[in-house]
Amino acid sequence: MAAGFIEIDCESCKDCKLCISVCPHQLINSSEQMNQKGYCSVRFTEKEKKKEERKCTGCGLCAITCPEIAIEVYRA
Amino acid sequence: MPSPVQKLRLRYTVPKVLMRGNHTVAEAAVRAGCRYYFGYPITPQNETPEYMADRLSKLEGGSFIQAESEIAAINMVIGASMAGGRAMTSSSSPGISLKQEGMSFLSALELPAVIVNMSRGGPGLGNIAPAQSDYFQATRGGGHGDYRTIVLGPSSVQELADLTFEAFDLADTYRTPVVILGDGMLGQMMEPVEFPPDVQLKKLPPKDWTLTGARGRPSRIIKSLLLDPVEEEEHNWKLMRKYEKIAKEETRWETFESDDARMLVVAFGTAARIAKGAIKRVREQGLKVGLVRPISLWPFPTRVIRDFSKKVKHFFVFEMNMGQMVEDVKLALEGNAEVHFYGRPGGIILTPLELSRVIGSQYYQKRLG
Amino acid sequence: MMKKVFSRPKSLKKTAFHYCPGCGHSIIHRLIGEIIDEMELQENIIGVPPAGCAVLAYDYFDIDMGEAAHGRAAAVATGLKRVLPDRVVFTYQGDGDIAAIGTAETIHAASRGENVTTIFVNNAVYGMTGGQMAPTTILGQSTTTSPGGRNERRDGYPVKLSEMLAISDGSAYIERTAVSNPATILKTKKAMTKAFRYQVEKKGFSLVEVLSACPTNWKMSPVDSCKWIDDVMSLHFPLGVIKDSGDKKDAH
Repeated sequence: MAAGFIEIDCESCKDCKLCISVCPHQLINSSEQMNQKGYCSVRFTEKEKKKEERKCTGCGLCAITCPEIAIEVYRA
Repeated sequence: MPSPVQKLRLRYTVPKVLMRGNHTVAEAAVRAGCRYYFGYPITPQNETPEYMADRLSKLEGGSFIQAESEIAAINMVIGASMAGGRAMTSSSSPGISLKQEGMSFLSALELPAVIVNMSRGGPGLGNIAPAQSDYFQATRGGGHGDYRTIVLGPSSVQELADLTFEAFDLADTYRTPVVILGDGMLGQMMEPVEFPPDVQLKKLPPKDWTLTGARGRPSRIIKSLLLDPVEEEEHNWKLMRKYEKIAKEETRWETFESDDARMLVVAFGTAARIAKGAIKRVREQGLKVGLVRPISLWPFPTRVIRDFSKKVKHFFVFEMNMGQMVEDVKLALEGNAEVHFYGRPGGIILTPLELSRVIGSQYYQKRLG
Repeated sequence: MMKKVFSRPKSLKKTAFHYCPGCGHSIIHRLIGEIIDEMELQENIIGVPPAGCAVLAYDYFDIDMGEAAHGRAAAVATGLKRVLPDRVVFTYQGDGDIAAIGTAETIHAASRGENVTTIFVNNAVYGMTGGQMAPTTILGQSTTTSPGGRNERRDGYPVKLSEMLAISDGSAYIERTAVSNPATILKTKKAMTKAFRYQVEKKGFSLVEVLSACPTNWKMSPVDSCKWIDDVMSLHFPLGVIKDSGDKKDAH
């Protein structure tokens, strides 16, 4: 049962896209949203979804690979 | 009014020993609380690391490393000093050249350390005979950037002991490296020495800037990289203010037969010793010659020499090099007196008799008799 | 009820990294921060940063840190450790710092068996100064001072420093890892943890070489850079334990 959630700090993101490449369920996307540093930060696609609809397991692979420590991971 | 050197000697209660200069440096350092020595073999100072290897191995908490190079040695001194230890290295001219980046870093990082140079003939590989040709290197910083180090020039084995002993306090007080500028002769010769009593390490004032692990306090950084030019400029001014203070408080010199002198010899270290012998000889002939012996080569006794030039218009600079300290003498005099330079490079040691003839000849040429 | 299972280590300051997008330094810094937290080393540890992009490491680690000249970190660490043998002392150095200008200091610190830990960040290029050839630049790799690709006759062969260090009896633990994907990142953390533990247990010199991406100077995207580490660089610099003088059961 999927029981995970991530929070991405958009201002820290440098759009390296490593998190996108490691998410097993492709739950992170590029976005058009530019931050103060001039990077278009990535986006968690399940941000607005309710718990029952989410596929995120909270595996944390995205956070492990994020160089900027921009991702916090939650798990039930 | 006893000189600082004389004041030190009044404290001693220990009998004299006959000791080689290189050994004396090491013994004085240990008594001053030095527990960390990092060095490399190079003639004519090999006896110093050898003595330290033995002496420190018998002391609790002592650490001796024969480093892989003089560069490694000075960087080990940097690390030990960052941790709050009294640390020292020694070498001779080519090895001191290798340490210059480290000297610049020690000064920029404001770290205490003692560096002993038993100078030899140069440049390049040179020879192993005594010389004084590292004066520029020692007194002009030696490495890159605007900085100075305290430079002390002993001229006897006793003075070598006194100044090495005191160097550690000076280094700690001002958070600056101190160079003992000797030469091969001083390092090799044996003379009677009285050592002061050992410093009580526990009684030394604590250092509030060292790297010891951030226990119960905020973490500390010791760095010299100041990318912001405003910060870098302010750091340079801070160093300059420190050097001005040192110049005010720590200038040292000795005079000999100077009261009625018509010609003053200026010499340091071993050359000053030879000069004293020469002056005694010419005084017997009635020549009124005296000596000003800088003991601190940096800060140089500029004002002392300038003051003498009100009465004395002829200065005779004798050095075992091609003319280095003579520039500081000329700077001090600002054209108020004539300067004659006599130098012998490459390890030639003049005898007092030979020097007395040169001095005498100059004295008569200038019609001072 | 959701529990936070991943967040920023306490021993890292809140400062945002100045490193390029996808730079391995950022990941390695975080791993060291996690290790300092987990092993409770913050009050006992002293670090020596390099010359290079990570010269500003002291802006990120909330620990005592002392600057060293380029290549001299191993000697500075030696001096620190000799005065404070019960603290944990580590150096953090790039390939030029360790295997070019600092080769002698590194080899001799290992040979003396100094109880210090070295984190060797190998990105096969001189990053800070704009992408010049490094001792670990591989044959055929193009850099600003090996235009057209590193050529053995003109530029010589890459240096395998970790293998050289393993020969020394003073080296207790040498491992090569990477920060190219989550699996290698986790292995890097395990290796660095072990390296610090060996120091605490006074086993001798420990070093972890971490293959790390430099997307800017490799002129690749971060994702492609990580792929290049996995597919190309690690063929020349194979991952794994190169020396371990400790317990056999510690092998992972």
